[in-house]
Amino acid sequence: MEQEEAAEKIIEALKKKLKTKSKFYFNDLAKILEMKPRPAKKFITQMVVDCQLEYWSSGSTSMYGLPGTGKQAAAEHED
Amino acid sequence: MAKHETPLLDQLESGPWPSFVSDLKQEAEKRAKNEAGLELQIPVDVVDDLLGVLELSFKHGKTHWKHGGIVGVFGYGGGVIGRYCDQPEMFPGVAHFHTVRVAQPAGKYYTTKYLKELCDLWDFRGSGITNMHGSTGDIILIGTTTPQLEEIFYEMSHNMDQDLGGSGSNLRTPADCIGQSRCEYACYDTQDICHHLTIEYQDELHRPAFPYKFKFKFDGCPNCCVASIARSDLSFIGTWKDDIRIDQEAVAGYVGGEFLPNGGAHAGRDWGAFDIQKEVVDLCPTGCMKYEGKKLQINTRECTRCMHCINVMPRALRIGQETGCSILAGAKAPILDGAQMGSLLVPFVEVNPDNDYQAIKDVIEPIWDWWMEEGKNRERLGELIKRQGFQRLLEATGIEPVPQHVKEPRTNPYIFWKEEEVEGGWTRDIDEFRKDHKR
Ligand code: SF4
Ligand code: SF4
Repeated sequence: MEQEEAAEKIIEALKKKLKTKSKFYFNDLAKILEMKPRPAKKFITQMVVDCQLEYWSSGSTSMYGLPGTGKQAAAEHED
Repeated sequence: MAKHETPLLDQLESGPWPSFVSDLKQEAEKRAKNEAGLELQIPVDVVDDLLGVLELSFKHGKTHWKHGGIVGVFGYGGGVIGRYCDQPEMFPGVAHFHTVRVAQPAGKYYTTKYLKELCDLWDFRGSGITNMHGSTGDIILIGTTTPQLEEIFYEMSHNMDQDLGGSGSNLRTPADCIGQSRCEYACYDTQDICHHLTIEYQDELHRPAFPYKFKFKFDGCPNCCVASIARSDLSFIGTWKDDIRIDQEAVAGYVGGEFLPNGGAHAGRDWGAFDIQKEVVDLCPTGCMKYEGKKLQINTRECTRCMHCINVMPRALRIGQETGCSILAGAKAPILDGAQMGSLLVPFVEVNPDNDYQAIKDVIEPIWDWWMEEGKNRERLGELIKRQGFQRLLEATGIEPVPQHVKEPRTNPYIFWKEEEVEGGWTRDIDEFRKDHKR
């Protein structure tokens, strides 16, 4: 899979879920790509570098989201 | 005059111990005076507001910090933990109050010059409050605002040769005991491997792809000064294969009162004459020592390397010479399911810097692959081992079951044979069987 194709797949899937969810675990993204975690990580990391995804962290856990979506509200279980 | 009244916090200062409240008040005052004439980059009253919000939390019996946030430095998924206050109007100084984790050096050796630079940077761009060190081992810088993060990171990475530590679903900053730099008990160079693996696994440290946090800790010997056995998903504890080296003359020195036991620790009180039988031989957990005819003997086959005898008589007893480490897996703190200690996975492995610790990496990497694939979100390695069984861990790492894996026979862990491992498999000749066994 090419980077572009992977990015499209993830962005599309995440946009679809935006109404209910704005933050995703790494494994959710790997599943979207239907890949094992290690190869999936290369694509996902590149998406962060390309500003297509951003990290969210509670301090103990990390999640990924589309830039600017959800913000704090999701963490407080308000949306 | 303090900005906020803090009667509940003030009460904490009345106890017999040094109080963080007094420390914070001192820092608040220092910032207000600003004798160094710094151009403070975050609110001057950040520490006053921290005291204020803490007082309010005590009053309300609940926290006024929000949960997590989207902050970090570009390209890093860890190292910065976003903290926002949910009463920003009342406490504007801590509206943003992010934590920065800074990777501590192996063995936590610093030069005073470095510490001064770090504190200067933090006075200038942060609250001035530090936590040396957090549970993971990192230097923790507590409280700054979002615009300061990249500035702090630039300064550290370009001018101080300093990286951020781990947080979130990452490899956390590996931590070690002082090891061979100061300690004669060290069975391997904890600082070297700690540093080496920190550099080697940068990607795991900074870019989260694990189900949850993952910690390495390195103890040079079973005294476990960094408590790796209780606090790390993979714990590396120094050990040895051959005999404890005994200097019988020095043993006689202890018995005769020439040397103080325990290196003179606990010597503030008169405990009576040293009794080698009572204080060493009888306390050996495996009962593998004897002291007869003024000669101390150890049955190495039975010794578990608990360190007791060596700690009591360090001049007389020394660790063996064929040294390496044991690897234990799955310890964690009590968030889910209660606290868990590490389970022995590799009884002995060489710790060899000449081949970049390959034998150890060969254990680490398959564990990660297994956990990344099978671990549920927010499931620690120790919980996965419990859920799928220790045997799955052995399969994932290709490690053969050995007696040391069995804590209590037939209970934990229970190793099952598979059909292909048994000669002839599960099929049997029923007529043959019935010759000896009636229906
Ligand atoms: S763990 Fe052992 S080797 Fe390391 S500092 Fe403690 S006593 Fe020394
Ligand atoms: S190290 Fe522990 S188990 Fe081994 S001989 Fe000494 S006291 Fe006994």
